[in-house]
Amino acid sequence: MTSPSEPRDFTEAGANGTSQAGRYYGRGIPYLPLDGYPGKLIAIEGTDGVGRTTQTQLLREWLEVKGYGVIETGWTRSPLMQPTIEIAKSSNTLNKLTFVLLYATDFADRLEKEIIPALKAGFVVLSDRYIFTALARAGVRGVDRQWLRNLYGFAIAPHMVFYLNIDVKTLITRVLASRGMDFWESGMDLKHGDDIYDSFRTYQNRLLREYASMADEFHFRVVDARRTVDRIQDELRRQVSAFLEPAEKPAEPVLTR
Amino acid sequence: MNNLTQSHDYPGKLFVVEGIDGSGKTTQLGLLAKWLTAEGHRVFVTEWNSSALVKAATKTGKKKNALTPMTFSLLHATDFADRLLYKIVPPLKAGMIVLADRYAYTAFARDATRGVDRQWVRELYSFAVRPDLTLYFRVPIDVSVDRLLARRVKLKFYEAGMDMGWSSSAVESFRLFQGKVLDEYDQLVKEFGLEVVDAGGSITAQQRIVRSLVAQRVQARNLDMPLEEIIHDEPV
Repeated sequence: MTSPSEPRDFTEAGANGTSQAGRYYGRGIPYLPLDGYPGKLIAIEGTDGVGRTTQTQLLREWLEVKGYGVIETGWTRSPLMQPTIEIAKSSNTLNKLTFVLLYATDFADRLEKEIIPALKAGFVVLSDRYIFTALARAGVRGVDRQWLRNLYGFAIAPHMVFYLNIDVKTLITRVLASRGMDFWESGMDLKHGDDIYDSFRTYQNRLLREYASMADEFHFRVVDARRTVDRIQDELRRQVSAFLEPAEKPAEPVLTR
Repeated sequence: MNNLTQSHDYPGKLFVVEGIDGSGKTTQLGLLAKWLTAEGHRVFVTEWNSSALVKAATKTGKKKNALTPMTFSLLHATDFADRLLYKIVPPLKAGMIVLADRYAYTAFARDATRGVDRQWVRELYSFAVRPDLTLYFRVPIDVSVDRLLARRVKLKFYEAGMDMGWSSSAVESFRLFQGKVLDEYDQLVKEFGLEVVDAGGSITAQQRIVRSLVAQRVQARNLDMPLEEIIHDEPV
């Protein structure tokens, strides 16, 4: 078989975990070489209802106050695929492989049209969920893990991956106190039974295990998400500061003499 | 996981036609279907990029010229996965003959031409069922262009590779793009053992070759089997 680009694998990450940052995980996109773009990619990962979106928004405000240009991206928000994914979710005609591929298409669209241009222009890209959500959900549904890793070989390794870690008991009370359990987040498609509570617990347990199994492989910075919003945010800011500031002093004009 | 390099165990047969637009593969597939049906086989025909689910996205993408080589590739893989699991595998399990107008090899040839990593696309499609026979209708680019123009076929945007921006003329773009696709197909012939049919010959001459290649791979149907035996074939 012909392979013009040098083969690289997820597993060949550097020992310090930073050597891959900002580069493609696998074979990448040959027509879009990533040569030393100034932007930084930060992913906030975690299961449904763990508080990712709140943390991402707080982080964004703080970064902007400090003078960084910030672009937020999410999972399944591309204009190309959003209608199709919504149709697919509302009907029940999708098999797991088709689902995985639809999400991958959506991600490719955002990667090429939002993330790469933003990194090129020097933005901090905050990604509320990243490929790990897709890997975890597909892994739980029995999709071949090696195939999944090859599929997402065109993804860019983030400079930082924060994983908001939680136990299923805390998660359940948090989700019930806010918006309730939803069909997909409860893995009802896996047909564990009609009881949404039992299904949620079983499914989220398996998801959490799946995320945990990726922690080393993808160099997650594991953050204890059982704490208050402020405590979690403090920790994120501390780590982001330590990463961003040695590289570049943000614009902080001295207003007083 | 690489099903594309391993024979399948289904009782049915999967025959594929490949080739660029204007190679005459669809005509040949139609004639093959007629013959197999007349011989008493149950035949199912499936076309590239035809599943309802992704049609919507492909359309939006084409209208706005919004598809990149990667999203183009992934959308076609999504369509393929959908058809494989709903349209191709069930008839194969039922012992039918599935005729596919284009298969994963179309993706290998086109996506590589668009600059997508060759190895990545091959691994992407590694869940595909390996065909029992793939007929590649090889045609010189000039012959294919003449045929399409003679039929007054309007060259389609992506088929002509207009998205690559190599030429603003559809015909010139088609020539450049499909010329490169032909080079990719030539690599696939060796790599996946495609049977090459000279698509410059007469329709009847080609069909004779097609039928003899297919005949080596299907058993004659015994239509005289008593009905009771067929019924007993089903699990009770």
